[in-house]
Amino acid sequence: MTDTSVLDQENEAGFGDYVALLKPRVMSLVVFTALVGLLVAPVDVHPVIGFAAILFIAIGAGASGALNMWYDADIDRVMNRTKGRPVPSGKVAAEEAFAIGIALSGMAVVMLALAANILAAGLLAFTIFFYAVVYTMWLKRWTPQNIVIGGAAGAFPPMIGWAAATGGVSVESALMFALIFMWTPPHFWALALFMKDDYSNAGVPMLTVTHGRRVTRNHILAYTILLAPVALGLGMTSIGGPVYLVAALVMNLWFLKGALEIQRRPEAQVEADGYRTEKAFFRFSLYYLFLHFGMLLVEATLRGFGIGGW
Amino acid sequence: MGLAKEHELHNRRRGRNLGVGLALVGLVALFFGLTVVKVKVLDPQIAAREASQ
Repeated sequence: MTDTSVLDQENEAGFGDYVALLKPRVMSLVVFTALVGLLVAPVDVHPVIGFAAILFIAIGAGASGALNMWYDADIDRVMNRTKGRPVPSGKVAAEEAFAIGIALSGMAVVMLALAANILAAGLLAFTIFFYAVVYTMWLKRWTPQNIVIGGAAGAFPPMIGWAAATGGVSVESALMFALIFMWTPPHFWALALFMKDDYSNAGVPMLTVTHGRRVTRNHILAYTILLAPVALGLGMTSIGGPVYLVAALVMNLWFLKGALEIQRRPEAQVEADGYRTEKAFFRFSLYYLFLHFGMLLVEATLRGFGIGGW
Repeated sequence: MGLAKEHELHNRRRGRNLGVGLALVGLVALFFGLTVVKVKVLDPQIAAREASQ
């Protein structure tokens, strides 16, 4: 036995490393938004079917995460934020991540078709393709608009949840998609502003690297302005209501205020206070999305009692 | 005869086997549940027959 094989064994993956391959934190957001999409739909879904649908959507999302880690192992190795991931740290072989990603994708899509319907399964298959191929393989290393178009992958889950329940697509599900789609750029660009060296070291063309921080700040403001009518418009549909609308109004004003501050800040001030505004904006963006979908759930619950909604 | 020395590696492998095992048992239970629901609860003919009994 050589020294290398001893070292390889020391680095053998535990079960947790395979779970990490499925990006559990991204998965939790997928589960939440897909669940809201399924629960606010005007159709009663049998609990077992609903549970199965959400599980297979989550597995599909996890599978696309594994495919992303297989393909991106080279840049994950360079970035501080990602170098501890199972593939770059040597715990899981890249080929194994690929095999797991493909196998779980196939299983999730087929099972979602059997448990729910073909449309939901088709949307899931498209989402996996979009994240693993369109975003990871084509856009991420090529254009600074990578996260704008790639954001579509993260925006599909509520639409899939809605399709699993109703078997269709509607204004409501399209607006839930648009909400996440428009939210993604300000969210990620705020992160890129204070994680700047990571992306440039890895050679990923983040907007901060290719067009500079001033342009990025302007873009954050522009997308935050475009996001507001989508968020409020969703409140006017059949799944919205006064509670959602008031909450959305407050959150969008707060988000806009943050984006305006970010846009106006000179770099010297930013360096001096250690990206305080950018970090606060990023943190709030997480609450922003969580609360918008949470409020849709509140409206759905109120409708169950005969109040809420329009 | 078992291994004389328990290594941390064995714990890790046991954890992995247990994790995969539980995941598979969970899937079996879910597929069974899905089958029951699809066949009995959601089939209008069977549901109507059971309601009339």
